[in-house]
Amino acid sequence: MAQYGFYSDSSICSGCKACQVACKDKNNQVFGINYRKPYHVETGGFKVGSKGTVTHNAVVYSLSIACNHCSKPACTEVCPTGAMQKDKATGIVNNDKTKCIGCGNCASACPYNAPTINEELGKSYKCDFCADLVEKGEQPACVAACPLVALDCGEIADLRRKYGKVADVHGLASSKETAPNLVLKLHKGAK
Amino acid sequence: MTKIEMTRRGFMKVAASISVPLVAGKLTTDKAFAAEIAPATPEKVYQVASTFDCGGKCTVMAHVQDGVVTRISTKATDAKSNMPVMRACVRGRAYRNFQYDLNRLKYPMKRVGKRGEGKFQRITWDEATSMIADNVAKLTAKYGPASRFLTVATSQTGGVFSSDLLMKRLFNLSGGFLGYYHSVSVGNTAKVTPYTYGIANSGSSMKTILNSKLVVLWGHNPAENVFGHSNFYLSEFKKKGGKVIVVDPRYSDSAVAYADEWIPLLPTTDNALIDAMAYVIINEKLHNQKFIDTYTIGFDGQTLPEGVDKKESLYAYLFGEKDGIKKTPEWAEAICKVPAAKIRSFAIEYAKAKPAAMIQGWGPQRHSCGERTARGMAVLAILTGNVGIKGGWAGGNLGSAGRKHASGLPIGTNPIKASINIMNWMDAAEDHTRVRPQDGLVGADKLDTNIKMLFSLGGNYMMNQNPNLNKTKALLEDESKIEFIVSHDVFMTPSAKYADLVLPATTFLEGWNIAGTWGSGSYIILNEKSVEPEFERRHDYDWITDVARKMGVEKAFTEGRTQRQWIELVWENTRKAHSSEKIPTFNEMLSRKERIFLFDKSADGDYVAFEQQIKDPKNNKFSTASGKIEIFSKALFDMKNPEIPALSNYVPAWEGPQDKRVAQYPFQLITWKSKNRDNSTFYSIPALKEVYPQVLWINPDDAKEKKIESGDLLRIYNDRGATYIKAEVTTRIMPGVVATPSGAWYSPDEKGEDRNGNVNVLTTDRRTALANGNAHQSILVQIEKA
Repeated sequence: MAQYGFYSDSSICSGCKACQVACKDKNNQVFGINYRKPYHVETGGFKVGSKGTVTHNAVVYSLSIACNHCSKPACTEVCPTGAMQKDKATGIVNNDKTKCIGCGNCASACPYNAPTINEELGKSYKCDFCADLVEKGEQPACVAACPLVALDCGEIADLRRKYGKVADVHGLASSKETAPNLVLKLHKGAK
Repeated sequence: MTKIEMTRRGFMKVAASISVPLVAGKLTTDKAFAAEIAPATPEKVYQVASTFDCGGKCTVMAHVQDGVVTRISTKATDAKSNMPVMRACVRGRAYRNFQYDLNRLKYPMKRVGKRGEGKFQRITWDEATSMIADNVAKLTAKYGPASRFLTVATSQTGGVFSSDLLMKRLFNLSGGFLGYYHSVSVGNTAKVTPYTYGIANSGSSMKTILNSKLVVLWGHNPAENVFGHSNFYLSEFKKKGGKVIVVDPRYSDSAVAYADEWIPLLPTTDNALIDAMAYVIINEKLHNQKFIDTYTIGFDGQTLPEGVDKKESLYAYLFGEKDGIKKTPEWAEAICKVPAAKIRSFAIEYAKAKPAAMIQGWGPQRHSCGERTARGMAVLAILTGNVGIKGGWAGGNLGSAGRKHASGLPIGTNPIKASINIMNWMDAAEDHTRVRPQDGLVGADKLDTNIKMLFSLGGNYMMNQNPNLNKTKALLEDESKIEFIVSHDVFMTPSAKYADLVLPATTFLEGWNIAGTWGSGSYIILNEKSVEPEFERRHDYDWITDVARKMGVEKAFTEGRTQRQWIELVWENTRKAHSSEKIPTFNEMLSRKERIFLFDKSADGDYVAFEQQIKDPKNNKFSTASGKIEIFSKALFDMKNPEIPALSNYVPAWEGPQDKRVAQYPFQLITWKSKNRDNSTFYSIPALKEVYPQVLWINPDDAKEKKIESGDLLRIYNDRGATYIKAEVTTRIMPGVVATPSGAWYSPDEKGEDRNGNVNVLTTDRRTALANGNAHQSILVQIEKA
């Protein structure tokens, strides 16, 4: 039984969102629905001196986060129809669209904001690890897109061996909640 | 890269679970949708290159099935290649959204309401091309060929084959046109850098920064702009543990990715910081005296040109021998807001890191003081001997003279010798006598006619990116002034709305071209036509050929060539022009999957600006008047213009923080080229709108004082106009400065105030001192909650 996951290098990520749009393109998704949602986290502030001089301890970093295909997924727990399932062979979490009723429980429960409801179609949509591409031997669209090669994917055990075990940073939900299959490299100013 | 070995059964199962409709209507056309569902022919993958005004020209692959682009991909990092990794940026990833956007223009249309009102009627191509031929004949007979003008058209400058160039070719066969010069991107630097170094392009190859001990990005944001290979080499530099300092009023995305330290600096005060850094470097004896003595003039009284008072030297200026004021960090901090201690440590760190690359972006020179700023940064490189060495950086324009390019499309010779600065075009349309040599006219003493015809072909400069849009609007709405305006575009842009004739253009996917980068990176890409145009969209070459026929010059215009044959000709001309390079033939290139050609190392990876002049100064003079690097320029000195002094010393800028207008308009507004657009191109694409909203960055301290919260709608105004933007309260901008992405599409309300956040209702069309150039970034404004 495998468990797949993502690696995200926040030490070099600029937040360009090529991953977001590559994902959108691959999945033919509509405005307002994205499976990978990079965002900037801001910390620190400014002090203005007597002559108007500006000192600061501002640090800004970017986190590119999609579904972390958690080991204890919150979304499957709250799904009333059993549409949202964790695949036993790969650990990938996704919903069966024929069973999904678009209630939005999964979207509310996910601490990573991964599922999004398409109100028009009445279904929940989320990252499926580009299972169709991976099955053909390709990488998920987001990983294959990153201009700075800041994303990687694979069996989580391999990723942890290669990149470490950090999955917590200010600006992201605690990994204790859902045991995400995510490895982060932190920005040097991040805590 | 971690290799994924999938359990096939598991993935089959997950893949099966998504075989329910994912395509939700609006994104793709029915044709694209059908192709997704039932592919009938094998997929063909094209390496494509856009013609947009983007310095990247990255690797973008268009997957085409049944004549429809079904997917965009880029390259694996481990793929065998002669190129550094150039994976498509966010704009490249959205090409399919651009290509199949339902708002694309489909038919030729003529204006039926008042100009600018936005009322159009569909016409045939025969009517459209006759309208052009007839108006050109009528107006040329009345006013002469110098009344024809083609304005800035940046959405196609990235390719060698464009409607702009083709129309110039046609005009050159029939009397010519009024030309323009000056790059609104980097024209101020390009004009002034020769006063220091003799040439405009003083950049080295980006690969050379791998030899640097410190990289400073000064007002440079390649993470969003994408200058050739810049991001590849900056990330490699970071991987090696290299230190990067970003000097910028904004905590840019480049600062997020690369900066070890961010130094916020008040816009237009760069020279105060530079002066104080120079003072510290000299005072601490960290300057390279041998370099200064060997290669430069103007450092001290000994090397000033004859007849110039010794108090005009850099040393005399910095140490107060001329005006009694030492240019200490304490002097500078009150101006530029960087604390004195920080100025001191930054100067010392830069001077001690040998070699160090201080790279200046194009934003700081797009200011009212742009020429001084551009020259100033070179002074720090000169004092520390960072010129002409690998890992150093000369300053000035970051564009490298070592780059090679594709040959140009043969467009003939323009019989009209007069050429105006692009900043003169409104005056040339209002009253041509206002445009004199001292205003920017070159090639003639005077203009003979007003501009009466305007062609905006693949551009949205005319009524969107031009400064002082309310003035522009008044000019364009007066139909007696410019009598005929043609726009050729993919979308109904704000500029297209002000045209009399709007023509539906093809995209780069629908035509042949050869594309290159700007600034950095030395390579060309052969772009093969990958899909057919739909509806009545027509390639530039086809409709301009029709106009040529109606003007009686078709044979001379086409020379019997098809679109593809012109590209073949340009490709062959490029091969001949670079005979030492092993450029494949056109047909060889087409037989390859990879359509990129990288010029050799000396042109790209290893090029160091002024290496020869530094290695062997006896035999390699700088092409300045003195043959040396001119810290002091006698040519500028003789101009006696306080705005462009002989040294690049700090002078308070108009529309800057020391302008008396700050009493009414206390905020400095700057713009940046956001990752989701090239200038204004892509503004209307939903997938890219989503990437970054049109917001105004405001510092938490300023927001608190004004009781502004994120999401509040703000009215930003000055005496030139007003626009509305939502606030984003953020630590990514320094106090006193506000910023918003440039390129939002102008959308006036009934009061004439823009509702989309287009800052060009606030920018000035006042020209810079030396280049007669643009100052799009120097904007004083007031802010209120709407």
